[in-house]
Amino acid sequence: MAIVSKAAEMATQAPSFDVARSVPHPAVRFVVRRLGIGLVTLLVASILIFIATNILPGNAAVVVLGRGATPSVLHHLENELGLDRSVVVRYLSWLGGMLHANFGHSAVAEAEGRPDSSISATIGSPLADSAILAALTTLLLIPLTLVLGVLAGLFAGRKLDHAISIPALIMSGLPEFVTGTALIFVFFTELNILPPVALLSPGESPFSNLKALILPVSTLLAVAVGAGIRQVRSGMIEVLQRDFVRFARLNGIAERRVILRYALRNALAPSVQIIAQNLQYLVGGIIIVESVFTYPGIGTYLVNAVTARDVTEVQAAAVILAAVYIVINIIADLIVVFLVPKLRTAMS
Amino acid sequence: MTTTALPLRRWRFAVVVHDWGGRVGVILLLAIIVVAIFGPAFAPHPSTATVGIPGLGPSPGYPLGLDFLGRDVLSRTLDGGRSTLLLGGSATLITYVIGMGVGLAAGHKRSWIDPVLMRSVDVVLSFPALLIMLLAVTAFGNSRVVLVSATALVLFPGVARIVRTATVEVATRAYVEAAVVRAEGSFAIIRREILPNVAGPIIADLGIRFSWAIILIASVNYLGLGLQPPTADWGLMISENRSIITSNPWAVMAPALMLALLIVAVNLVGDSYVRQLGHSTGKP
Repeated sequence: MAIVSKAAEMATQAPSFDVARSVPHPAVRFVVRRLGIGLVTLLVASILIFIATNILPGNAAVVVLGRGATPSVLHHLENELGLDRSVVVRYLSWLGGMLHANFGHSAVAEAEGRPDSSISATIGSPLADSAILAALTTLLLIPLTLVLGVLAGLFAGRKLDHAISIPALIMSGLPEFVTGTALIFVFFTELNILPPVALLSPGESPFSNLKALILPVSTLLAVAVGAGIRQVRSGMIEVLQRDFVRFARLNGIAERRVILRYALRNALAPSVQIIAQNLQYLVGGIIIVESVFTYPGIGTYLVNAVTARDVTEVQAAAVILAAVYIVINIIADLIVVFLVPKLRTAMS
Repeated sequence: MTTTALPLRRWRFAVVVHDWGGRVGVILLLAIIVVAIFGPAFAPHPSTATVGIPGLGPSPGYPLGLDFLGRDVLSRTLDGGRSTLLLGGSATLITYVIGMGVGLAAGHKRSWIDPVLMRSVDVVLSFPALLIMLLAVTAFGNSRVVLVSATALVLFPGVARIVRTATVEVATRAYVEAAVVRAEGSFAIIRREILPNVAGPIIADLGIRFSWAIILIASVNYLGLGLQPPTADWGLMISENRSIITSNPWAVMAPALMLALLIVAVNLVGDSYVRQLGHSTGKP
């Protein structure tokens, strides 16, 4: 709690302080302030992750080797992992290493004496695979959310709205593993047209078997698009009730132009936030979906690390996922502010 | 923002059965609760006993077939509701106890608690929920207590924030100021003046929190990092029977269907209440 409040103070004071003197422009101030807050949040996140993974009774070496390990073996591993140093020193060297993309060594691999214990060397491939899965999903997610959400909003209360909104309501509520399992049941067990797993052999590109990616991507889409549609829909309905839309219609402007030029543009700004939320959702959702389809991404990596109690690997994966989550949030805030000039001055 | 139109004592069962969504939700939810409470008594077999060939399809004596270890799927499905409802329910309860305590304290007193609360909320919200769950499991192991506490940790800031906002709004009303002038204690003011008037927005959120609690816990169980075999739990059953989805799909689909129905039911009831709340405040 103390850490949190201290960080919060830093977040509210530090960035705006020195910027206010040199650069008065509100937009620049906002960007610097937002980046500063993001950096502090990231730092707090890294501290919390480090604490959570070091809170275990005994240390990583004991956990990995088991209670029966001989003192000399234990001492050797503690030395390898740097556990003989104080917590603060360990945190700082961990943090410093990450700045050079050095995530340290896997506790389990060290214990087993495997040569490939460097996390930086092994985490790259799952990260790339996850990025591909997320990118493909995003590519479909944005147009689907916007088109279906806007359509449902335009036809609110009519058949088309119900046909979109009711499935969206159900899909957005269900956990990924239920949706994924249902999809496997339909498209593998019953129809046998799609594979139930998206397993890749080491070094194989996900693009070499696109068919295997259909179900994982669909699962992520079902949950994320479902949630997004509901929000875009209500945003669209709200904009359509505004005065400027009514007056545009009363002025005899063609309905097509009213919607495309007046309503849509104003409904789009909140949609950026909604899509950002969906992308943030993907960071968590990917953990489950990768597990459902045994896809070798960062989520599977994290789950395996937690299962094996490989503390250093958990730290690395958790920090990366938290960082992506925070960065998406920052980017979304910045995009929104540049789309809606009103907010630029309101926030400073 | 909506201040409540429905004081606590007027919140009755009738509120959620006024429209079809609410009615279907309530019936489904009651049915699942009945199954969870009384189902295990009617289970034809012990839920952890191997009774036949693993992966056997539906057959006489085993209406839903057998799972990957040859245990009766029907018995395990009937048994799995208890842990889902109990863990999800207790996590929601703790979420609300902590969330309301912190939110009322921050909103009523507006002291140092307020900024600390808001910043802690920001920190928790800057993590993916599932990541917090996994870190908690890494740190403290996978007991039920850890699952419930981690879920409450993920969910309470949202409740605290809603309660704080509603309380701040109510705290400046004349009837609260009158109570302060009457020299009533903080506790009495919160209980008699503030709480009944912030109940609406708090209850409106209950459905979402409950379904999130169920999903989070079921997800951790699904990943094999929560409840451990041979426990019969819907999330766990779905993952452990993945390999036999072709020989006996029911081993996977029965718990998946129950979880899906439970979540849809909770959301239907919650949405119906929110609609009713909107109605009485004159909002669409």
